[in-house]
Amino acid sequence: MTGGLARLGRAALSFFERLGRGHLFLLQILAGVPGLLLRPRLVIQQLYSVGVLSLVIIVVSGLFVGMVLGLQGYNTLADFGAAESLGVMVALSLVRELGPVVTALLFGGRAGSALTAEIGLMKATEQLSGMEMMAVDPLRRVIAPRFAAGVIAMPLLAAIFSAIGVVGGYFVGVGLLGVDEGAFWSQMQARVDLYDDVMNGVIKSVAFGFVASWIAVYEGYDAVPTSEGVSRATTRTVVHTALAVLGLDFVLTALMFGE
Amino acid sequence: MKQSTTTEIMVGVFVALGFAALFMLAMKVSNISALNDQDGYEVQVYFENAGGLKVRSPVTVAGVRVGRVAAIGFDDQLFEAVVTLKLNPGVKLPADSSASIFTSGLLGEQYVALEPGGAETNLKEGDRITLSQSALILEQVIGRVLFSKASEGVSK
Amino acid sequence: MIFDGVDIDIPRGKITAIMGPSGTGKTTLLRLIGGQLRPQAGRVLVDGQDVHALRRRELYDLRKRMGMLFQSGALLTDINVFDNVAFPLREHTRLSEVMIRDLVLMKLEAVGLRGARDMSPSELSGGMARRVALARAIALDPMMIMYDEPFTGLDPISKGAVVELIHKINEALGVTSIIVSHDVQETASISDYIYVLSGGKVVGQGAPQNLMNSDSEWVRQFMQGLPDGPVPFHYPAPDYAEDLLAGQG
Repeated sequence: MTGGLARLGRAALSFFERLGRGHLFLLQILAGVPGLLLRPRLVIQQLYSVGVLSLVIIVVSGLFVGMVLGLQGYNTLADFGAAESLGVMVALSLVRELGPVVTALLFGGRAGSALTAEIGLMKATEQLSGMEMMAVDPLRRVIAPRFAAGVIAMPLLAAIFSAIGVVGGYFVGVGLLGVDEGAFWSQMQARVDLYDDVMNGVIKSVAFGFVASWIAVYEGYDAVPTSEGVSRATTRTVVHTALAVLGLDFVLTALMFGE
Repeated sequence: MKQSTTTEIMVGVFVALGFAALFMLAMKVSNISALNDQDGYEVQVYFENAGGLKVRSPVTVAGVRVGRVAAIGFDDQLFEAVVTLKLNPGVKLPADSSASIFTSGLLGEQYVALEPGGAETNLKEGDRITLSQSALILEQVIGRVLFSKASEGVSK
Repeated sequence: MIFDGVDIDIPRGKITAIMGPSGTGKTTLLRLIGGQLRPQAGRVLVDGQDVHALRRRELYDLRKRMGMLFQSGALLTDINVFDNVAFPLREHTRLSEVMIRDLVLMKLEAVGLRGARDMSPSELSGGMARRVALARAIALDPMMIMYDEPFTGLDPISKGAVVELIHKINEALGVTSIIVSHDVQETASISDYIYVLSGGKVVGQGAPQNLMNSDSEWVRQFMQGLPDGPVPFHYPAPDYAEDLLAGQG
């Protein structure tokens, strides 16, 4: 009995310790971000690996999610004789929820895990240590640009996902199922609000980008510097990103659309 | 050197794509016209019952959207709903226009429809529309129908 | 506790070796000197400055004057050999690309790898990687260089090349060199002075020749690489015969 309690206590303590270290770490990264304005090249390089390389998976997933939404939405809406609202349904689902959330999950799996593995390996092969001894702060030189690139790339990826998804829904709804094209777009434009829906979606994706990048770089920097430690850290990045994004999504949705 | 320029071009393409997507979401998917709602003038309408009207619901004249609902409040003197309408600057309506709350379709959202009157002067900022017709509450309509049917039966 | 009352003097311009069996904290000692670790007690003075009393900025300035050669080389894997050597120059100086190119080629020439400038670190052999790392460590012309296990895991030819390089760099540039190693032969061949660490204490010190014939049996065992001695060949275990019989139960 006491053994179980002790284990629970230990787990809680180590959880809070990690949490605290994570926050200190975040402060250190944020301190390094303004310096990046002087060296935009560092961020551009990382935008390539975080953003450009994630593009394919985002575009393909967005297209298919949009197409599935078109099919499923049509079947449900047609029962109520409201098939013209398909555009609204597809656009709202994507812009408010699926765009930011699914992009963040894919981002965690594609870019986040890669970031963690890269930083973890740099730690394991003493590259970070070596940089420190060359009087270069790895937090500023290595971590901060990756973090900044993640925060910048996420909303762009989410916007691309949503836009492609709407196009996918259009293909299925208008092209395949014969929903009226005019009604598809006009109903969508009438019901989707720039501030309430699009802007809130963008805010969500920025928040997710912040959290996902933070988790990815922290797990990499905090990884046990062995190949096993790095692989564990990579797994943790994917799992923690998914949990954090979904949890945060609930909180943000409640704040934005709860009224 | 060559390799880093390709990187830069790819990143440029990526950022451009992202902004294009945002632009499309703003222009094609959402009602960008909402941006212009900042200007315009406000008038007030009192309704006995505001029904399911919401802030940002459309305001129409002859089926054309001319503004939106800016605020919905409650007047504790008259015990009526105070609805503030924000009308687009170009919209000129006679001062004795009337307002009604309608529902678009059976299950659609509610909106405020304005019916132009015949007065010489136009509505301006801070004016009050006096003629109003409240929202149609489905339960009341059904209740009324049932009541009249029932009274028909009694009279027979 | 890793160190207990260790007092080591490292003279300028000489090669000082710190030796001892694996796990005695030799690398920890280098990290203390570089300010990456903080001692619970005691001081580390480099060029008269207390490393752990320095502010961040001052510590970074001091590190610019220190070079360190890591066991793994610690080359940045996402850029090629040339950019690796150019890295400290680009980070810390405002030199033109032309100047940087000249400097990098000079340093690479010194380690004999000017022809490998376009290779990526993953294509290099262990010995080459270490030589590139050495070129990078001397890129900023430091006043001292720390070598962390420079001979471990190299074939005899590469090992010979690294020994030669350390010696040459020390002589030509007059840098203070600290070698941390357990390779007795190679280290002894070039060091001016050797400290032998064990169990967190300095157990022997002196010029290589003197240490080989040290009074301490332990130091002799270590320096001559004898399998048995004060450090027993057998890990402590119950009596052999009894242990075998116990299984028959």
